[in-house]
Amino acid sequence: MKALVLTLRQRPDQRLDLSPVVPHLLAGKTVTEIEHIALQTTRQRVTVGDVFRVQMGDGQNLRIDGACERLDRIGHAMTAGEILVEGDVGSQAGRLMSGGRLTINGSTGPWAASGMTGGTMEITAATGDRLGGPLAGEMAGMRGGVVIVRGNAGDRAGDRMRRGTIIVEGQAGSHTGSRMIAGTLVVRRGTGPLPGYLMRRGTIVLCETADVLLPTFVDCGVHDLVAMRLLADFVTAYSRQVAARLHGSLRRLAGDMAVLGKGEIFCPPS
Amino acid sequence: MRHVTVKGVRVDDTFAEAFGMRATALIITADSAQWAYQAATTMTGFGTSVIGCGCETGIDRELTPKETPDSRFGVRVLLFAVSTSELQKQLQGRVGQCVLTSPGSACYAGLAGEERLKLGNALRFFGDGWQVSKRLGGRRYWRIPVMDGEFVCEATTGLTKNGVGGGNLLIMGRSVASTLAAAEAAVKAINAVPDVIMPFPGGIVRSGSKVGSKYKTVRASTNDAYCPTIRGAVDSMLDPDIGSVLEIVIDGLTAAAVELAMRVGLAAIVRLGPKQGAVRVSAGNYGGKLGPHHFHLKDLLP
Repeated sequence: MKALVLTLRQRPDQRLDLSPVVPHLLAGKTVTEIEHIALQTTRQRVTVGDVFRVQMGDGQNLRIDGACERLDRIGHAMTAGEILVEGDVGSQAGRLMSGGRLTINGSTGPWAASGMTGGTMEITAATGDRLGGPLAGEMAGMRGGVVIVRGNAGDRAGDRMRRGTIIVEGQAGSHTGSRMIAGTLVVRRGTGPLPGYLMRRGTIVLCETADVLLPTFVDCGVHDLVAMRLLADFVTAYSRQVAARLHGSLRRLAGDMAVLGKGEIFCPPS
Repeated sequence: MRHVTVKGVRVDDTFAEAFGMRATALIITADSAQWAYQAATTMTGFGTSVIGCGCETGIDRELTPKETPDSRFGVRVLLFAVSTSELQKQLQGRVGQCVLTSPGSACYAGLAGEERLKLGNALRFFGDGWQVSKRLGGRRYWRIPVMDGEFVCEATTGLTKNGVGGGNLLIMGRSVASTLAAAEAAVKAINAVPDVIMPFPGGIVRSGSKVGSKYKTVRASTNDAYCPTIRGAVDSMLDPDIGSVLEIVIDGLTAAAVELAMRVGLAAIVRLGPKQGAVRVSAGNYGGKLGPHHFHLKDLLP
Protein backbone atom coordinates (compact mmCIF):
# COMPACT_ATOMS: atom_id res chain seq x y z
CA MET A 1 0.00 0.00 0.00
CA LYS A 2 1.09 3.57 -0.68
CA ALA A 3 2.71 5.62 2.04
CA LEU A 4 0.78 8.26 3.94
CA VAL A 5 2.57 11.48 2.99
CA LEU A 6 2.54 14.72 4.96
CA THR A 7 4.15 17.60 3.07
CA LEU A 8 5.00 20.74 5.02
CA ARG A 9 3.38 23.77 3.36
CA GLN A 10 5.68 26.36 4.90
CA ARG A 11 7.93 26.79 7.90
CA PRO A 12 5.58 26.92 10.92
CA ASP A 13 5.66 30.06 13.07
CA GLN A 14 5.91 28.06 16.30
CA ARG A 15 7.59 24.83 17.32
CA LEU A 16 5.31 21.85 16.68
CA ASP A 17 4.92 18.66 18.70
CA LEU A 18 4.56 15.78 16.25
CA SER A 19 4.23 13.07 18.88
CA PRO A 20 0.62 12.21 17.87
CA VAL A 21 1.73 11.55 14.30
CA VAL A 22 3.02 8.00 14.68
CA PRO A 23 1.79 4.85 12.93
CA HIS A 24 0.02 3.25 15.90
CA LEU A 25 -1.94 6.43 16.63
CA LEU A 26 -2.83 7.02 12.98
CA ALA A 27 -4.21 3.51 12.48
CA GLY A 28 -7.86 3.58 11.48
CA LYS A 29 -8.05 7.37 11.20
CA THR A 30 -9.62 9.12 8.20
CA VAL A 31 -8.02 12.04 6.37
CA THR A 32 -10.26 14.49 8.22
CA GLU A 33 -9.37 13.00 11.58
CA ILE A 34 -5.69 13.17 10.74
CA GLU A 35 -6.02 16.79 9.60
CA HIS A 36 -7.59 17.70 12.93
CA ILE A 37 -4.74 16.37 15.09
CA ALA A 38 -3.40 19.26 17.16
CA LEU A 39 0.33 19.94 17.03
CA GLN A 40 0.74 23.35 18.67
CA THR A 41 3.10 24.09 21.52
CA THR A 42 1.79 27.60 22.19
CA ARG A 43 -1.71 28.92 22.84
CA GLN A 44 -2.28 29.33 19.13
CA ARG A 45 -3.89 26.13 17.86
CA VAL A 46 -2.26 24.45 14.89
CA THR A 47 -3.45 21.18 13.36
CA VAL A 48 -1.91 18.76 10.88
CA GLY A 49 -4.18 20.15 8.17
CA ASP A 50 -2.96 23.71 8.82
CA VAL A 51 0.68 22.98 8.19
CA PHE A 52 0.76 19.80 6.11
CA ARG A 53 -0.73 18.72 2.82
CA VAL A 54 -2.03 15.20 3.59
CA GLN A 55 -1.85 12.54 0.95
CA MET A 56 -3.73 9.55 2.33
CA GLY A 57 -2.12 6.13 2.40
CA ASP A 58 -1.10 3.38 4.79
CA GLY A 59 -0.52 4.84 8.24
CA GLN A 60 2.08 2.13 8.96
CA ASN A 61 4.23 3.67 6.29
CA LEU A 62 4.45 7.38 6.95
CA ARG A 63 6.48 9.96 5.06
CA ILE A 64 7.02 13.55 6.10
CA ASP A 65 8.31 15.72 3.28
CA GLY A 66 9.95 19.13 3.52
CA ALA A 67 10.53 18.86 7.27
CA CYS A 68 12.25 21.67 9.15
CA GLU A 69 13.98 21.95 12.52
CA ARG A 70 10.80 23.27 14.17
CA LEU A 71 9.24 19.82 14.12
CA ASP A 72 9.91 18.19 17.51
CA ARG A 73 9.23 14.71 18.87
CA ILE A 74 8.83 12.99 15.54
CA GLY A 75 8.32 9.24 15.98
CA HIS A 76 7.65 9.68 19.71
CA ALA A 77 7.01 6.29 21.35
CA MET A 78 6.44 4.65 17.99
CA THR A 79 5.94 0.90 18.34
CA ALA A 80 5.95 -0.40 14.78
CA GLY A 81 5.77 0.64 11.16
CA GLU A 82 8.02 3.07 9.40
CA ILE A 83 8.49 6.82 9.32
CA LEU A 84 10.65 8.47 6.67
CA VAL A 85 11.39 12.16 7.11
CA GLU A 86 12.85 14.26 4.31
CA GLY A 87 14.57 17.29 5.82
CA ASP A 88 15.87 18.38 9.21
CA VAL A 89 13.92 17.88 12.42
CA GLY A 90 13.95 19.40 15.90
CA SER A 91 14.56 17.87 19.29
CA GLN A 92 13.62 14.46 20.72
CA ALA A 93 13.13 12.67 17.42
CA GLY A 94 12.48 8.99 18.11
CA ARG A 95 12.22 9.55 21.85
CA LEU A 96 10.88 6.48 23.71
CA MET A 97 10.53 4.62 20.46
CA SER A 98 10.11 0.87 21.06
CA GLY A 99 9.86 -0.62 17.58
CA GLY A 100 9.68 0.03 13.87
CA ARG A 101 12.02 2.11 11.80
CA LEU A 102 12.54 5.86 11.82
CA THR A 103 14.68 7.43 9.11
CA ILE A 104 15.58 11.10 9.12
CA ASN A 105 17.05 12.18 5.79
CA GLY A 106 18.56 15.25 7.35
CA SER A 107 19.85 16.35 10.73
CA THR A 108 18.20 16.34 14.14
CA GLY A 109 18.28 18.53 17.21
CA PRO A 110 19.20 17.34 20.71
CA TRP A 111 17.87 14.25 22.51
CA ALA A 112 17.33 12.19 19.38
CA ALA A 113 16.46 8.58 20.36
CA SER A 114 16.18 9.69 23.98
CA GLY A 115 15.12 6.75 26.15
CA MET A 116 14.59 4.57 23.09
CA THR A 117 13.88 0.91 23.92
CA GLY A 118 13.71 -0.81 20.55
CA GLY A 119 13.55 -0.48 16.79
CA THR A 120 15.96 1.22 14.44
CA MET A 121 16.61 4.91 13.92
CA GLU A 122 18.79 6.32 11.18
CA ILE A 123 19.92 9.92 10.86
CA THR A 124 21.66 10.62 7.58
CA ALA A 125 23.23 13.95 8.61
CA ALA A 126 24.27 15.33 11.98
CA THR A 127 22.52 15.01 15.32
CA GLY A 128 22.55 17.36 18.29
CA ASP A 129 23.70 16.88 21.86
CA ARG A 130 22.68 14.04 24.17
CA LEU A 131 21.88 11.48 21.51
CA GLY A 132 19.86 8.77 23.25
CA GLY A 133 20.21 10.56 26.57
CA PRO A 134 17.64 10.94 29.34
CA LEU A 135 15.64 14.08 29.97
CA ALA A 136 16.21 15.83 33.28
CA GLY A 137 15.18 13.58 36.16
CA GLU A 138 15.21 10.33 34.23
CA MET A 139 17.47 7.54 35.48
CA ALA A 140 18.48 6.01 32.16
CA GLY A 141 18.80 7.04 28.55
CA MET A 142 18.58 4.65 25.64
CA ARG A 143 17.53 1.12 26.69
CA GLY A 144 17.49 -0.82 23.45
CA GLY A 145 17.38 -0.70 19.68
CA VAL A 146 19.89 0.64 17.23
CA VAL A 147 20.70 4.23 16.27
CA ILE A 148 22.89 4.98 13.30
CA VAL A 149 24.11 8.51 12.64
CA ARG A 150 25.78 9.03 9.25
CA GLY A 151 27.07 12.49 10.16
CA ASN A 152 28.46 13.94 13.38
CA ALA A 153 26.95 13.69 16.86
CA GLY A 154 26.95 16.45 19.46
CA ASP A 155 28.20 16.34 23.04
CA ARG A 156 27.34 13.54 25.47
CA ALA A 157 26.16 11.04 22.86
CA GLY A 158 24.87 7.95 24.66
CA ASP A 159 24.49 9.75 27.99
CA ARG A 160 23.27 7.30 30.65
CA MET A 161 22.70 4.68 27.99
CA ARG A 162 21.66 1.33 29.43
CA ARG A 163 21.32 -1.07 26.48
CA GLY A 164 21.26 -1.04 22.69
CA THR A 165 23.73 0.14 20.10
CA ILE A 166 24.66 3.58 18.79
CA ILE A 167 26.80 3.88 15.69
CA VAL A 168 28.21 7.27 14.67
CA GLU A 169 29.89 7.34 11.27
CA GLY A 170 31.19 10.88 11.74
CA GLN A 171 32.70 12.54 14.80
CA ALA A 172 31.22 12.77 18.26
CA GLY A 173 31.49 15.72 20.61
CA SER A 174 32.86 15.87 24.13
CA HIS A 175 31.96 13.44 26.93
CA THR A 176 30.85 10.74 24.50
CA GLY A 177 29.17 7.93 26.43
CA SER A 178 29.06 9.92 29.62
CA ARG A 179 27.54 8.12 32.60
CA MET A 180 26.87 5.03 30.50
CA ILE A 181 25.24 2.21 32.48
CA ALA A 182 25.77 -0.38 29.72
CA GLY A 183 25.28 -0.77 25.98
CA THR A 184 27.51 -0.22 22.98
CA LEU A 185 28.59 3.00 21.29
CA VAL A 186 30.83 3.05 18.23
CA VAL A 187 32.32 6.24 16.76
CA ARG A 188 34.12 6.05 13.43
CA ARG A 189 35.81 9.45 13.44
CA GLY A 190 37.40 11.11 16.46
CA THR A 191 35.59 12.35 19.51
CA GLY A 192 35.95 15.44 21.62
CA PRO A 193 37.58 15.31 25.04
CA LEU A 194 36.77 12.95 27.90
CA PRO A 195 34.89 10.03 26.33
CA GLY A 196 33.37 7.62 28.84
CA TYR A 197 33.12 10.28 31.55
CA LEU A 198 31.78 8.49 34.65
CA MET A 199 30.71 5.41 32.69
CA ARG A 200 29.89 2.37 34.88
CA ARG A 201 29.64 -0.46 32.36
CA GLY A 202 29.29 -0.70 28.61
CA THR A 203 31.52 -0.47 25.59
CA ILE A 204 32.72 2.55 23.64
CA VAL A 205 34.67 1.89 20.47
CA LEU A 206 36.63 4.82 19.09
CA CYS A 207 37.94 3.99 15.62
CA GLU A 208 40.21 7.04 15.91
CA THR A 209 41.81 8.12 19.16
CA ALA A 210 40.00 10.67 21.26
CA ASP A 211 41.16 14.22 21.78
CA VAL A 212 41.80 13.81 25.52
CA LEU A 213 41.28 10.55 27.41
CA LEU A 214 40.40 10.58 31.07
CA PRO A 215 43.19 9.62 33.48
CA THR A 216 40.66 7.40 35.22
CA PHE A 217 40.73 4.90 32.34
CA VAL A 218 43.43 2.28 32.79
CA ASP A 219 45.30 0.55 29.99
CA CYS A 220 44.52 -3.16 29.61
CA GLY A 221 46.71 -3.83 26.59
CA VAL A 222 46.12 -4.57 22.92
CA HIS A 223 43.86 -7.51 22.03
CA ASP A 224 42.09 -9.09 19.08
CA LEU A 225 38.87 -10.20 20.74
CA VAL A 226 36.13 -12.54 19.57
CA ALA A 227 33.59 -10.12 21.03
CA MET A 228 34.69 -7.50 18.49
CA ARG A 229 34.06 -9.96 15.68
CA LEU A 230 30.51 -10.41 16.95
CA LEU A 231 30.11 -6.65 17.16
CA ALA A 232 31.55 -6.19 13.66
CA ASP A 233 29.17 -8.80 12.31
CA PHE A 234 26.24 -7.03 13.96
CA VAL A 235 27.34 -3.58 12.79
CA THR A 236 27.82 -4.74 9.18
CA ALA A 237 24.07 -4.65 8.63
CA TYR A 238 24.06 -0.93 9.47
CA SER A 239 27.44 0.37 8.38
CA ARG A 240 30.07 -1.58 6.48
CA GLN A 241 32.56 1.27 6.91
CA VAL A 242 32.34 1.12 10.68
CA ALA A 243 32.35 -2.70 10.75
CA ALA A 244 35.61 -2.71 8.77
CA ARG A 245 37.25 -0.67 11.52
CA LEU A 246 36.39 -3.21 14.22
CA HIS A 247 38.58 -6.00 12.86
CA GLY A 248 42.09 -6.55 14.12
CA SER A 249 43.76 -5.57 17.34
CA LEU A 250 42.45 -2.73 19.50
CA ARG A 251 43.64 -1.25 22.76
CA ARG A 252 41.32 -1.83 25.70
CA LEU A 253 41.01 0.79 28.40
CA ALA A 254 38.94 -0.03 31.48
CA GLY A 255 37.05 2.63 33.36
CA ASP A 256 35.76 4.96 34.52
CA MET A 257 37.66 4.10 37.71
CA ALA A 258 36.15 7.19 39.34
CA VAL A 259 32.94 5.16 39.52
CA LEU A 260 32.31 1.41 39.06
CA GLY A 261 35.04 0.96 36.44
CA LYS A 262 33.52 -1.98 34.57
CA GLY A 263 33.16 -0.09 31.31
CA GLU A 264 35.64 -0.15 28.49
CA ILE A 265 36.93 2.01 25.66
CA PHE A 266 38.47 0.38 22.64
CA CYS A 267 40.76 2.53 20.52
CA PRO A 268 43.54 2.03 17.96
CA PRO A 269 46.67 0.38 19.44
CA SER A 270 49.12 3.28 19.23
CA MET B 1 13.91 -64.34 10.59
CA ARG B 2 11.97 -63.20 7.53
CA HIS B 3 14.04 -61.03 5.29
CA VAL B 4 14.42 -59.53 1.83
CA THR B 5 17.68 -59.80 -0.08
CA VAL B 6 18.94 -56.62 -1.70
CA LYS B 7 22.01 -57.00 -3.93
CA GLY B 8 23.09 -60.02 -1.96
CA VAL B 9 22.60 -58.43 1.48
CA ARG B 10 19.86 -59.91 3.65
CA VAL B 11 17.76 -57.21 5.33
CA ASP B 12 15.63 -58.50 8.21
CA ASP B 13 11.94 -57.68 8.35
CA THR B 14 12.23 -55.90 11.68
CA PHE B 15 12.45 -52.41 13.09
CA ALA B 16 14.59 -50.17 15.24
CA GLU B 17 12.76 -48.99 18.33
CA ALA B 18 13.67 -45.46 19.44
CA PHE B 19 12.77 -43.21 22.33
CA GLY B 20 11.92 -39.56 22.79
CA MET B 21 14.76 -37.52 24.26
CA ARG B 22 15.55 -33.97 25.28
CA ALA B 23 18.18 -32.54 23.00
CA THR B 24 20.20 -29.41 22.44
CA ALA B 25 22.90 -28.20 20.07
CA LEU B 26 25.97 -25.99 20.41
CA ILE B 27 28.35 -24.30 18.05
CA ILE B 28 31.96 -24.34 19.22
CA THR B 29 34.43 -22.12 17.39
CA ALA B 30 38.16 -21.53 17.75
CA ASP B 31 41.04 -19.82 15.99
CA SER B 32 41.74 -22.95 13.95
CA ALA B 33 39.89 -26.05 12.83
CA GLN B 34 42.24 -28.11 14.99
CA TRP B 35 41.28 -26.33 18.18
CA ALA B 36 37.57 -26.20 17.40
CA TYR B 37 37.69 -29.97 16.95
CA GLN B 38 39.78 -30.35 20.08
CA ALA B 39 37.20 -28.57 22.23
CA ALA B 40 34.37 -30.50 20.61
CA THR B 41 35.98 -33.93 20.93
CA THR B 42 36.92 -33.26 24.55
CA MET B 43 33.38 -32.15 25.33
CA THR B 44 31.81 -35.15 23.61
CA GLY B 45 34.13 -37.67 25.26
CA PHE B 46 32.53 -40.22 27.58
CA GLY B 47 29.12 -39.41 26.14
CA THR B 48 28.12 -42.68 24.51
CA SER B 49 25.10 -43.77 26.50
CA VAL B 50 22.64 -42.09 28.83
CA ILE B 51 22.83 -45.04 31.19
CA GLY B 52 26.52 -44.76 31.98
CA CYS B 53 27.43 -41.22 30.91
CA GLY B 54 24.38 -39.11 31.71
CA CYS B 55 23.99 -38.02 28.12
CA GLU B 56 24.71 -39.05 24.56
CA THR B 57 26.73 -36.51 22.67
CA GLY B 58 28.71 -36.19 19.50
CA ILE B 59 29.78 -33.96 16.65
CA ASP B 60 27.05 -33.25 14.12
CA ARG B 61 29.08 -31.44 11.48
CA GLU B 62 31.75 -28.88 10.64
CA LEU B 63 30.80 -25.28 10.06
CA THR B 64 32.67 -22.97 7.72
CA PRO B 65 33.57 -19.48 8.97
CA LYS B 66 30.60 -18.14 7.02
CA GLU B 67 28.22 -20.25 9.08
CA THR B 68 29.43 -19.28 12.57
CA PRO B 69 28.54 -16.15 14.56
CA ASP B 70 32.16 -15.03 14.94
CA SER B 71 33.32 -15.97 11.42
CA ARG B 72 35.80 -18.56 12.67
CA PHE B 73 35.91 -22.27 12.00
CA GLY B 74 33.27 -24.12 13.99
CA VAL B 75 31.89 -27.50 14.96
CA ARG B 76 28.28 -28.24 15.84
CA VAL B 77 27.75 -30.58 18.77
CA LEU B 78 24.51 -32.29 19.78
CA LEU B 79 23.60 -33.48 23.29
CA PHE B 80 20.80 -35.86 24.22
CA ALA B 81 19.50 -36.76 27.68
CA VAL B 82 16.42 -38.28 29.24
CA SER B 83 15.32 -35.18 31.14
CA THR B 84 15.68 -31.42 30.84
CA SER B 85 17.41 -31.17 34.22
CA GLU B 86 19.97 -33.86 33.33
CA LEU B 87 20.58 -32.20 29.96
CA GLN B 88 21.16 -28.86 31.70
CA LYS B 89 23.55 -30.48 34.16
CA GLN B 90 25.52 -32.26 31.44
CA LEU B 91 25.64 -29.16 29.23
CA GLN B 92 26.91 -26.97 32.02
CA GLY B 93 29.49 -29.49 33.22
CA ARG B 94 30.83 -30.36 29.80
CA VAL B 95 31.01 -26.80 28.44
CA GLY B 96 32.49 -25.57 31.71
CA GLN B 97 35.19 -28.25 31.90
CA CYS B 98 35.94 -28.89 28.23
CA VAL B 99 35.09 -25.82 26.14
CA LEU B 100 35.77 -22.96 28.55
CA THR B 101 39.16 -24.54 29.19
CA SER B 102 40.13 -25.03 25.54
CA PRO B 103 42.45 -22.34 24.05
CA GLY B 104 40.70 -19.68 21.95
CA SER B 105 37.29 -21.31 22.12
CA ALA B 106 33.88 -19.66 21.99
CA CYS B 107 30.49 -21.26 22.37
CA TYR B 108 27.14 -20.35 20.82
CA ALA B 109 23.60 -21.68 20.62
CA GLY B 110 23.25 -24.30 17.91
CA LEU B 111 19.49 -24.57 18.08
CA ALA B 112 16.71 -21.98 17.93
CA GLY B 113 13.48 -22.37 19.85
CA GLU B 114 11.32 -20.97 22.58
CA GLU B 115 12.53 -23.27 25.34
CA ARG B 116 16.07 -22.48 26.42
CA LEU B 117 18.84 -24.04 28.44
CA LYS B 118 21.35 -21.95 30.34
CA LEU B 119 24.74 -21.78 28.67
CA GLY B 120 26.69 -18.60 29.43
CA ASN B 121 24.09 -17.75 32.05
CA ALA B 122 25.38 -20.71 34.06
CA LEU B 123 29.09 -20.23 33.33
CA ARG B 124 29.37 -16.48 33.73
CA PHE B 125 30.05 -16.77 37.44
CA PHE B 126 33.48 -18.09 36.56
CA GLY B 127 34.20 -14.44 35.70
CA ASP B 128 34.10 -13.54 39.41
CA GLY B 129 32.44 -10.20 38.72
CA TRP B 130 34.59 -9.33 35.68
CA GLN B 131 32.21 -10.98 33.23
CA VAL B 132 30.56 -8.66 30.74
CA SER B 133 27.23 -9.14 29.01
CA LYS B 134 26.72 -7.97 25.42
CA ARG B 135 23.33 -8.00 23.77
CA LEU B 136 23.58 -7.70 20.00
CA GLY B 137 20.42 -7.99 17.96
CA GLY B 138 18.29 -10.62 19.67
CA ARG B 139 21.24 -12.51 21.13
CA ARG B 140 22.98 -12.11 24.44
CA TYR B 141 26.57 -13.08 24.97
CA TRP B 142 28.76 -13.35 28.06
CA ARG B 143 32.40 -12.35 27.86
CA ILE B 144 34.39 -14.03 30.60
CA PRO B 145 38.01 -12.96 31.07
CA VAL B 146 40.35 -15.95 30.92
CA MET B 147 44.11 -16.28 30.75
CA ASP B 148 44.36 -16.27 26.93
CA GLY B 149 41.90 -13.40 26.50
CA GLU B 150 38.16 -13.80 26.70
CA PHE B 151 35.78 -16.75 26.60
CA VAL B 152 32.69 -15.67 24.69
CA CYS B 153 29.61 -17.74 25.38
CA GLU B 154 26.02 -17.17 24.33
CA ALA B 155 23.66 -16.78 27.30
CA THR B 156 21.32 -19.61 26.36
CA THR B 157 20.81 -22.30 23.75
CA GLY B 158 17.67 -23.94 22.43
CA LEU B 159 16.09 -27.11 23.80
CA THR B 160 13.97 -29.54 21.82
CA LYS B 161 11.69 -32.13 23.31
CA ASN B 162 11.34 -33.83 19.92
CA GLY B 163 14.76 -35.48 20.02
CA VAL B 164 14.91 -39.18 19.18
CA GLY B 165 17.48 -41.56 20.62
CA GLY B 166 18.14 -45.16 19.76
CA GLY B 167 17.83 -45.43 15.99
CA ASN B 168 20.10 -48.34 15.10
CA LEU B 169 21.44 -50.77 12.54
CA LEU B 170 22.88 -54.20 13.37
CA ILE B 171 25.51 -55.05 10.79
CA MET B 172 26.52 -58.67 10.36
CA GLY B 173 29.39 -59.91 8.21
CA ARG B 174 31.43 -63.02 7.59
CA SER B 175 34.58 -61.65 9.19
CA VAL B 176 35.61 -58.99 11.64
CA ALA B 177 37.26 -56.99 8.86
CA SER B 178 34.35 -57.10 6.40
CA THR B 179 31.82 -56.23 9.13
CA LEU B 180 33.91 -53.27 10.21
CA ALA B 181 34.25 -52.15 6.58
CA ALA B 182 30.45 -52.17 6.21
CA ALA B 183 29.98 -50.28 9.49
CA GLU B 184 32.59 -47.71 8.48
CA ALA B 185 30.86 -47.19 5.15
CA ALA B 186 27.55 -46.61 6.94
CA VAL B 187 29.13 -44.18 9.44
CA LYS B 188 30.72 -42.22 6.62
CA ALA B 189 27.39 -41.91 4.83
CA ILE B 190 25.48 -40.97 8.02
CA ASN B 191 28.06 -38.31 8.88
CA ALA B 192 26.74 -36.31 5.94
CA VAL B 193 23.21 -36.26 7.42
CA PRO B 194 22.52 -33.09 9.43
CA ASP B 195 20.97 -33.11 12.92
CA VAL B 196 22.14 -36.60 13.90
CA ILE B 197 25.02 -38.04 15.89
CA MET B 198 26.38 -41.52 16.40
CA PRO B 199 27.56 -41.32 20.03
CA PHE B 200 29.71 -44.47 20.18
CA PRO B 201 33.45 -44.61 19.33
CA GLY B 202 33.79 -43.64 15.69
CA GLY B 203 30.04 -44.09 15.44
CA ILE B 204 30.24 -47.85 16.02
CA VAL B 205 29.40 -50.02 19.04
CA ARG B 206 30.66 -53.57 19.26
CA SER B 207 29.12 -54.43 22.61
CA GLY B 208 25.40 -54.27 22.03
CA SER B 209 23.46 -54.93 25.20
CA LYS B 210 20.26 -56.51 26.34
CA VAL B 211 18.19 -55.42 29.32
CA GLY B 212 18.95 -57.27 32.55
CA SER B 213 21.51 -59.82 33.60
CA LYS B 214 21.95 -62.96 35.68
CA TYR B 215 23.64 -60.75 38.25
CA LYS B 216 21.25 -58.74 40.43
CA THR B 217 23.25 -55.52 40.38
CA VAL B 218 23.85 -55.39 36.63
CA ARG B 219 21.11 -53.61 34.68
CA ALA B 220 22.33 -54.34 31.18
CA SER B 221 24.53 -57.14 29.90
CA THR B 222 25.97 -58.46 26.66
CA ASN B 223 23.52 -59.18 23.87
CA ASP B 224 24.32 -62.91 23.83
CA ALA B 225 21.94 -63.66 20.95
CA TYR B 226 24.29 -61.68 18.67
CA CYS B 227 27.64 -62.86 20.10
CA PRO B 228 29.27 -65.13 17.51
CA THR B 229 31.64 -66.95 19.88
CA ILE B 230 28.83 -68.42 22.00
CA ARG B 231 26.24 -68.92 19.31
CA GLY B 232 26.10 -72.67 19.75
CA ALA B 233 25.51 -72.34 23.47
CA VAL B 234 22.71 -69.72 23.49
CA ASP B 235 19.47 -69.03 21.64
CA SER B 236 21.39 -67.25 18.88
CA MET B 237 20.03 -64.90 16.24
CA LEU B 238 23.06 -65.50 14.02
CA ASP B 239 23.15 -67.48 10.78
CA PRO B 240 26.00 -69.92 10.13
CA ASP B 241 27.75 -67.52 7.72
CA ILE B 242 28.03 -64.70 10.28
CA GLY B 243 31.29 -64.25 12.14
CA SER B 244 31.03 -60.71 13.52
CA VAL B 245 28.36 -58.14 14.44
CA LEU B 246 28.61 -54.36 14.89
CA GLU B 247 25.93 -51.85 15.69
CA ILE B 248 25.43 -48.21 14.80
CA VAL B 249 23.32 -46.16 17.20
CA ILE B 250 21.80 -42.93 15.94
CA ASP B 251 20.37 -40.00 17.91
CA GLY B 252 18.69 -37.18 16.05
CA LEU B 253 16.97 -33.87 16.73
CA THR B 254 13.89 -35.17 14.89
CA ALA B 255 12.49 -38.58 13.96
CA ALA B 256 12.84 -37.60 10.30
CA ALA B 257 16.57 -37.01 10.74
CA VAL B 258 17.04 -40.43 12.37
CA GLU B 259 15.04 -42.08 9.60
CA LEU B 260 17.13 -40.39 6.92
CA ALA B 261 20.34 -41.43 8.69
CA MET B 262 19.21 -45.06 8.86
CA ARG B 263 18.22 -44.91 5.20
CA VAL B 264 21.59 -43.62 3.97
CA GLY B 265 23.44 -45.99 6.31
CA LEU B 266 21.54 -48.98 4.97
CA ALA B 267 22.13 -47.82 1.41
CA ALA B 268 25.88 -47.56 2.04
CA ILE B 269 26.00 -51.09 3.48
CA VAL B 270 24.08 -52.50 0.52
CA ARG B 271 26.30 -50.57 -1.92
CA LEU B 272 29.43 -52.14 -0.44
CA GLY B 273 27.87 -55.58 -0.94
CA PRO B 274 28.27 -58.93 0.83
CA LYS B 275 31.74 -59.76 -0.47
CA GLN B 276 33.55 -56.79 1.01
CA GLY B 277 31.02 -55.87 3.64
CA ALA B 278 27.96 -57.21 5.44
CA VAL B 279 25.85 -60.21 4.49
CA ARG B 280 22.92 -59.27 6.72
CA VAL B 281 21.45 -56.16 8.35
CA SER B 282 19.01 -56.12 11.24
CA ALA B 283 17.84 -53.66 13.89
CA GLY B 284 17.33 -53.75 17.62
CA ASN B 285 14.03 -53.39 19.41
CA TYR B 286 12.27 -54.34 22.63
CA GLY B 287 9.17 -55.81 21.04
CA GLY B 288 7.78 -52.40 20.15
CA LYS B 289 6.12 -51.63 23.47
CA LEU B 290 8.71 -49.35 25.03
CA GLY B 291 9.67 -46.79 22.41
CA PRO B 292 7.24 -44.62 20.45
CA HIS B 293 9.36 -44.50 17.29
CA HIS B 294 9.57 -47.59 15.07
CA PHE B 295 11.83 -47.45 12.02
CA HIS B 296 11.06 -50.48 9.84
CA LEU B 297 13.99 -51.56 7.70
CA LYS B 298 11.69 -52.58 4.86
CA ASP B 299 10.59 -48.92 4.55
CA LEU B 300 14.20 -47.76 4.38
CA LEU B 301 15.48 -50.04 1.62
CA PRO B 302 17.54 -48.38 -1.09
